[in-house]
Amino acid sequence: MKALFDWIDHRTGIRSLTKDVLFENIPGGSRWRYVWGSTLTFALFVQFVTGAFLWMGYSASSGDAWESVNYIQNEMTGGWLLRGIHHWMAQAMPILLLLHLMQVLVDGAYKAPREVNFLFGVILLKLVLALSLTGYLLPWDQKGYWATKVATNLVNLVPFIGPELQKLVVGGTDYGHHTLTRFFALHAGVLPAMIVLLVIGHIYLFRRHGITPAEPKKKKDAYFWPDQVFKDAVACLAVMATVMFFVIWYHGAHLSSPADPSEPFSAARPDWYFLYLFQFLKLPAFAGNMEVWGAIYIPGMFVGLICLMPFIGKWKVGHAFNIGIMFVFLGGAGALTYLAKHEDVAGGNSSTYLKALLDNHRDAERAIELAKHEGIDSTALNLLKTDPKTQGAKLFAQHCASCHRYGGHDGLANELAAAENLADLKARTSAWERFASSEAVHPEWLARKENSTNEWATVQAILDANEEAEYEIIASTKLKDAASAPDLKGFASREWIRELLTPDMYISHKFFGGSAHKDGDMYRRFLKRKVTKYDEEEKEMLDLVVLALSAEANLPSQAEKDKADAEKIKRGIDHLIDDIACIDCHAFQEPDPDVDGPDLTGYGSRQWIIDFVKNPEHEKFYPENNDRMPAFGEKEILTDDEIGLIADWIRGDYFIKPKEAAAAD
Amino acid sequence: MDINEQNQPDSPAVPEQPAADGSLGQAEPQPAPEAPAGELAPVVCRIPEVEAPIEPEPVEERRGFIKFLCVAIGGLVSALPFGAGIWAYLNPLTREQSSSGDGFIRVTTLDAIPANGIPAKFSVIADKEDAWNKFKGISIGAVYLRKVDGKVKALHTVCPHLGCFIDYRAGKNDFYCPCHNSNFKLNGDILSGVSPRAMDPLEIEVRNTSEVWVKFQNFQPGHDHPVPVS
Repeated sequence: MKALFDWIDHRTGIRSLTKDVLFENIPGGSRWRYVWGSTLTFALFVQFVTGAFLWMGYSASSGDAWESVNYIQNEMTGGWLLRGIHHWMAQAMPILLLLHLMQVLVDGAYKAPREVNFLFGVILLKLVLALSLTGYLLPWDQKGYWATKVATNLVNLVPFIGPELQKLVVGGTDYGHHTLTRFFALHAGVLPAMIVLLVIGHIYLFRRHGITPAEPKKKKDAYFWPDQVFKDAVACLAVMATVMFFVIWYHGAHLSSPADPSEPFSAARPDWYFLYLFQFLKLPAFAGNMEVWGAIYIPGMFVGLICLMPFIGKWKVGHAFNIGIMFVFLGGAGALTYLAKHEDVAGGNSSTYLKALLDNHRDAERAIELAKHEGIDSTALNLLKTDPKTQGAKLFAQHCASCHRYGGHDGLANELAAAENLADLKARTSAWERFASSEAVHPEWLARKENSTNEWATVQAILDANEEAEYEIIASTKLKDAASAPDLKGFASREWIRELLTPDMYISHKFFGGSAHKDGDMYRRFLKRKVTKYDEEEKEMLDLVVLALSAEANLPSQAEKDKADAEKIKRGIDHLIDDIACIDCHAFQEPDPDVDGPDLTGYGSRQWIIDFVKNPEHEKFYPENNDRMPAFGEKEILTDDEIGLIADWIRGDYFIKPKEAAAAD
Repeated sequence: MDINEQNQPDSPAVPEQPAADGSLGQAEPQPAPEAPAGELAPVVCRIPEVEAPIEPEPVEERRGFIKFLCVAIGGLVSALPFGAGIWAYLNPLTREQSSSGDGFIRVTTLDAIPANGIPAKFSVIADKEDAWNKFKGISIGAVYLRKVDGKVKALHTVCPHLGCFIDYRAGKNDFYCPCHNSNFKLNGDILSGVSPRAMDPLEIEVRNTSEVWVKFQNFQPGHDHPVPVS
């Protein structure tokens, strides 16, 4: 073995090189405060290794980026771990950079003759931040897409060449394939290459000038090996352990829903270490044309000031000035970061912000689920855009929810876990909960007491009323108008029809209480005059009619029940035609031009809903007595595809994860 | 760039130690064996323009030319890949944007816009070129449409400040940018916040009695007046 080492050493001089590396003199002996440079080198090493392996799974195009990152995160063995380490180490780097910079400043390690090395360090800091910025976009999710849009729009403010520069950065006039390819080339090629060169220069110059000892020296001089190396190793272990804690806690890293240029994301924020700059731009001083000062001139001047610090440090008070200015910066940046966070979770628009996070989380989960079970045939965005569960709800909220409700809300609510009691509800509305928990509750959202009817109240009203109960909470912002048309959750299901045919319920706001139909024949001549006086036998017949009518809808969730009750349904149809005589006012199984109630053939089926939404005044439905409902199809307010999405969503006719389907049965 | 600089012997004056990597500068401290004896050392470093006490030997002249060629060839071969790369990189500045027709896109119908003056958001569906793809009928953006005194007004949904998506807040009946808190009236005017200009209005045409067509274009952020992105 020794012979082999000798042979190699004769040809390479490896022994003396190793000696030079390990036996660097450290004046005053090893110290914990010297570890930061080593931890940063280690962090870069981790990023290069994990980055190279991520590269093997990543595809940089707008139709593939999210898809490939999702595949890494959720399908590849160990992919979540790989991506998690890369993501969380990136979060650790700004902290390590700051600690390193502060140590260098406080110990005076930036002064002559180390000016050039300090400059290298500042450039490296900027390059690492550039890596963060470019990496944020690469998953091509809503979070990265909208946050990076702001960053690239800032380029537009650069004097003289702004618009052209922005085009070069973005790779065209708008975001697309070339934005990703360009960002990826910077992130994985250009920036790392520059960093490697500069780190070599940085370490070379550091060795050339030697370590700047922190005064006063407490111990004898010592070699780098093994004491300082040991301390460095322990520090790297601590960094890695912290990173691993987050990786395991979050099972990798978060991926929000696929980027969608037409879908706003009201919670778009840069990564946390840029939040102070984000908040800085909100200051009134940078309103209007002064924006360029907040975005470019002042940050640029501050970086310039940092670069000048070695020269300022030559003056008597210069060193104190440098350290002072850094602490002022840290204080200011810390305060701005706090303000940004506080505004988001407790400020005037926090309800929308928190709701946007929840909504996006739901879309992301759905896209991941669909990708897993249905597969992506074109893009994940397309998969999401043709999914009734999410899109039907959005369309309903936009076009239907000014009159209709869905379970008391606009269709877009997120159900949160119930609050046990009032104290619990109060606790969950606190600013701290909103800051730290994803199950926090905003006072402007809706909640209802257990066992109450389907009337939702805003959380604030419940808190004010101080009434004890268990509360169900949903995240849904307050609706502007009161409901004036039926609540369509569970439309055409047995429960829904049974409630509809309960006289008091028919005229409640859950059904037709807010519409002209509450004074119509259905209520006056049938429900009030007849059903209220039904005996037990008639009530039973009516219930069979409910089964029969509901079976017309062919609801996926009721398929098995309908099959099991085939005989009852047959009897129900007979009652519908003869005993209860619905056909006096409704057509059933054959067209009947003499009636003015909606056709009950296929009531609640996909086609029935589509036809109804297209034109409620069609002779099959309400030719005479339609109350305010627009003909969404006839008047081209909605396309056929959109109406289909709404119908499928209301009917619950969409992909349901096998596990959930099993749990529901 | 880097390679260029490395190839230029920047200080031929007094070489310290021979560099170990065999760079161009290394050749100079080695006196040429055939050079004349005596005042050899200064001559090696002298630039031809300077009045020389001795007539330069033809051999030296040729070596000077070789040095020049080294730098020139080195510069050229290393500049070439950068040149090709930068030329391709600048492509977005020169690429023509394909535009079809008069720029108006059919967005919706009059009936779909609320009659009560409340703004409604509509996707703008058109064909879009994205490098090697041409997408048919995809959403390229969105507009807010609202009826004012029977006329339709259109506003861009993108904030003139830094390009976030502006929300319509039903509760407060205003427009609000969730990024930097810019606040706008329903007609797009600034209520408060940092935006340098009002929300961008878009041209509208009603065709075939009920179709709403919008001249959809994006504007550069940060200016105090709308400047179209071209």
